[in-house]
Amino acid sequence: MTALLETRGVWQRFGGLVANSDVSISVGRGEIVGLIGPNGAGKSTLFNLIAGVLPPTQGTIWFDGEDVTNMPAAERCQRGVGRTFQVVKSFETMTVIDNVIVGALVRNTVMREARRKAHEVLEFTGLAARADVLASDLVPAEKRRLEVARALATEPKLLLLDEVLTGLTPTEAQTGVALVRKVRETGVTVLMVEHVMEIVMPLVDRAIVLDLGKVLVEGKPTDVVRDPKVISAYLGDRHAVGA
Amino acid sequence: MDKSFTERRRRELLVAASLTVVAALVPLFIKNPNVQNIMILTLMFGALSQSWNILSGYCGQISLGHALYFGLGAYTTTLLFTKFGVPPWFGMLAGGAISALIAMALGYPCFRLGGHYFAIATIVIAEIGLLLIQNWEWAGAALGIEMPVRGDSWLKFQFARSKLPYFYFALALACIAWFVTWLLEDSKWGYWWRAVKDNPDAAQSLGVVVFDSKMGAAAVSAFLVAIGGSFYAMYVSYIDPGSVMGFQFSLLMALPAVLGGIGTLWGPLLGAIILIPLTELTRSYIGGSGRGVDLIVYGTLIVVIALARPEGLIGLFSRRKGATR
Repeated sequence: MTALLETRGVWQRFGGLVANSDVSISVGRGEIVGLIGPNGAGKSTLFNLIAGVLPPTQGTIWFDGEDVTNMPAAERCQRGVGRTFQVVKSFETMTVIDNVIVGALVRNTVMREARRKAHEVLEFTGLAARADVLASDLVPAEKRRLEVARALATEPKLLLLDEVLTGLTPTEAQTGVALVRKVRETGVTVLMVEHVMEIVMPLVDRAIVLDLGKVLVEGKPTDVVRDPKVISAYLGDRHAVGA
Repeated sequence: MDKSFTERRRRELLVAASLTVVAALVPLFIKNPNVQNIMILTLMFGALSQSWNILSGYCGQISLGHALYFGLGAYTTTLLFTKFGVPPWFGMLAGGAISALIAMALGYPCFRLGGHYFAIATIVIAEIGLLLIQNWEWAGAALGIEMPVRGDSWLKFQFARSKLPYFYFALALACIAWFVTWLLEDSKWGYWWRAVKDNPDAAQSLGVVVFDSKMGAAAVSAFLVAIGGSFYAMYVSYIDPGSVMGFQFSLLMALPAVLGGIGTLWGPLLGAIILIPLTELTRSYIGGSGRGVDLIVYGTLIVVIALARPEGLIGLFSRRKGATR
């Protein structure tokens, strides 16, 4: 079976800055893949390329057997790419349920069905009690959860999670981890960018480490964290030698 | 499953129906033509502001050039009637259709502009429209055109002896604009518009086609505003460029919604009920040559509202408060 998502030789340049150089990764159906790397490694850029925020300077992106390189974000969402944002982008003047309905409308044209779907998703993500609250009144952890809920309401095949666990208290992060596991159990493939290694490593099936815009290492999380190249990218060469 | 939601929707309809009945009875008791005139204008601007609210309130694309569509409606109806004898009822629909098309043609380049640049573009485009009409000889140029009065007639929508038909038409217009908004609020478009207003990037990631949303909102908004313009032309039976396409109309459409509550169902009507009588009264009592005193009065009002209750007067009745806690 072909991979659900594949990037082939993707480059992204911003003026003189090369954010991604020759990145080729693939994500199989049903996997949870972690995309990690130090600050400025090009994780967010790659994420935006996959979500369709902008087309890559060079290279192609394949989703579900189709070349989506130049497809706009909204259309990719219709094909089954759901995403969250690192800096949360809730619809602040709308209630929680209305936020989720926007996502649910992708697969439900009848309002009543979209509303039912949105309620389902709120139950699933543990936000049901907050359905009628304005998004602007949510606490940060709930806003992160709302990002996930909205994306799930679009019934994605691939869910892109951009640092949804970062900046949460340990308890909140654990609930987040449980939610991601629950999402995978429903058959959704997950690609997540994450900073906090100790949280993300036990969660993912496979980790891809980006550094300076390139794929540095790829493999099982337990192998990746011991890889000298990864340690040196994060902590500098001295530590790598020590390891 | 979502009982409270269905109930709220039903209650809104009920309130609107009751208000309509009450409004319909008012002119039977108040027969002073000046007061009736103010009531007609209030309903008309309520309807216009409600239509403006669709593009600028719900979809968040602030237009300060809606006078263009108002004028287009007025001119289309008048020209079709005086030059070709087409009854105003058809002229009205033609004006609406032309305005909707022009709104989309203008939206095509303009919706690529963000925030304030879009608002500025709308002002400029409306001014260009005004200049074009002012120099268009066939359409009466700066002198304008008069509707030939041929006696009372429903077909021609002319009534010299009574203001009542105009009143009921204006009431119907307000009802239609309200009802269209009500319908759209719980539709895919309504959700798309609010999402686009709040955060276009997030909207896109959720499958919302931002450009199409804006185009749809512009078309609906312009269509309804043009109907209002047609009505106004028939009501005053004489139009010239400044009196139907001047910048003050753009303001008079935006301000009631801003005052009452932008992007809300009841805001525009509430705002119009306060602003329009105030405008008319200041114009007749303080005004005279002092064109602008009315603007000063409600400019002040808006500033006070913006400082004290930025969500508009409707916030005073906020049902949301219970929900937000």
